[in-house]
Amino acid sequence: MSDATTLDRPREAHRDTPQRPTAVVTGIGVAAPNGLGARAWWDAVLRGENGIRPLTRFDATSYPVRLAGEVPGFVAEDHVRSRLLAQTDQVTRLNLAVAKEALDDAEVDPADLPAYAAGVVTASSAGGFEFGQRELQALWSRGGQHVSAYQSFAWFYAVNTGQISILHGLRGASGVLVTEQAGGLDAVAHARRQLRKGSSLVVTGGVDSALCPWGWVAHVAEGRMSTSNDPDRAFLPFSADADGYVPGEGGALLVLEDARSARDRGARVYGSIAGYAATFDPPPETGGSRLGAAAELALADAGLTPEEVDVVFADAAGERAADRAEAQAICALFGERGVPVTAPKTMTGRLSAGGSSLDLAAALFSLRDQVIPPTTGTDRPADDCPLDLVTGAPRTGVRLRTALVLARGRGGFNAAAVVRA
Amino acid sequence: MTRFEITDLTALLRESAGADEGVDLDGEITDVPFDDLGYDSLALLQTTGLIERQWEVVLDEEAVSEARTPGQYLEVVNQALNARAAV
Repeated sequence: MSDATTLDRPREAHRDTPQRPTAVVTGIGVAAPNGLGARAWWDAVLRGENGIRPLTRFDATSYPVRLAGEVPGFVAEDHVRSRLLAQTDQVTRLNLAVAKEALDDAEVDPADLPAYAAGVVTASSAGGFEFGQRELQALWSRGGQHVSAYQSFAWFYAVNTGQISILHGLRGASGVLVTEQAGGLDAVAHARRQLRKGSSLVVTGGVDSALCPWGWVAHVAEGRMSTSNDPDRAFLPFSADADGYVPGEGGALLVLEDARSARDRGARVYGSIAGYAATFDPPPETGGSRLGAAAELALADAGLTPEEVDVVFADAAGERAADRAEAQAICALFGERGVPVTAPKTMTGRLSAGGSSLDLAAALFSLRDQVIPPTTGTDRPADDCPLDLVTGAPRTGVRLRTALVLARGRGGFNAAAVVRA
Repeated sequence: MTRFEITDLTALLRESAGADEGVDLDGEITDVPFDDLGYDSLALLQTTGLIERQWEVVLDEEAVSEARTPGQYLEVVNQALNARAAV
């Protein structure tokens, strides 16, 4: 009798059962538009430093949108060996640099681990787009003989996972998830599943980049980007003036370890991935956002109540209807202005799959430093977004033990992760 | 007659596939296996494509894949150049 109700409900995917070995984060690597390297980025975030600027990677003057978040000062040759330069897109080079930082930070040498104990699970939204554009141009303007043999994999979504795996000898269970902005959380959750199945360590998260004309027109065509030319006023999530997002490149990779093996090797622990859930939106004409359901299920997965959440890192679409939907979801769980909410991605733009894993890194550093990073740009939330939005300056003096990270990927993906100190 | 020299090969290897930091491509490498020089089959495929375009020659795919060292590879290229010159 209750079958009909069950069938009508959107299926809640990927809800994991609790009471399994805890997944802890022991290493963090970051490449972001307001800082290359975890420390440089976090310092910039706490200073409220904006990484959104006029696009320099290619001449965007003839496009309707000209602002982006580019990772500053990234010299590929400093991070990637010559043999790999010829076969990698910018996105893979960034991934290799960030993975190295995360592994170094975790003070782990994969060579010391059993052969198949460690793997790589990343999220990717577009693979190696700039590389792909170049080779497609070669194909159509000069012919197939001019296409790089490396195009066979350099464009591919799984290429970052593959190259990290090869370089560091991480031959355990690995994979790639393609759920746009939700990917950074979905990948980490999948890594957690691999730990539960017996892996001891997974390099996971997302770092994305597609700042080339081909990638740009894909964003432009959707018509959801801000056309403002003022870097400080272009991306204003939850503001009454919100008028679209600014895209960027970068993200974060984490070293996720089984808590026991981390303890056994005396690793420093940033925190645990205590809960996670993903939902999928119904077609717009048949129902509303399922983001709130993802948050609720993630809390249930962590065995926590909303009262125990100390801060929420919002998806922060920067678009009126989507902002309202997220504010409603947050208020439904926590009440109006019931929990501090922040969106440090206002300083980076939306980084596709990199956005939500960067928010995980921000959440972990928040718990470590007992400080909530600010939302910049937006000075106060719109009346229809009754949130306790942390704006202007970092907020201190609040006890931070548990953070909730929300993400929405274009096409209807929702993900929520609960991070605990 | 044009000959394809080892320096031509190393320049094109560098250009198309980079160079392993631990290897001296300017040293005596004629008989050193490509594996030991850090080049896999894809690197050679990429380099072969570049040679075919720049030298306007078609290399025998099977012979190229059987060349294990720069010396053997040079032989394949020069045979193709000779055959072309003879036409």
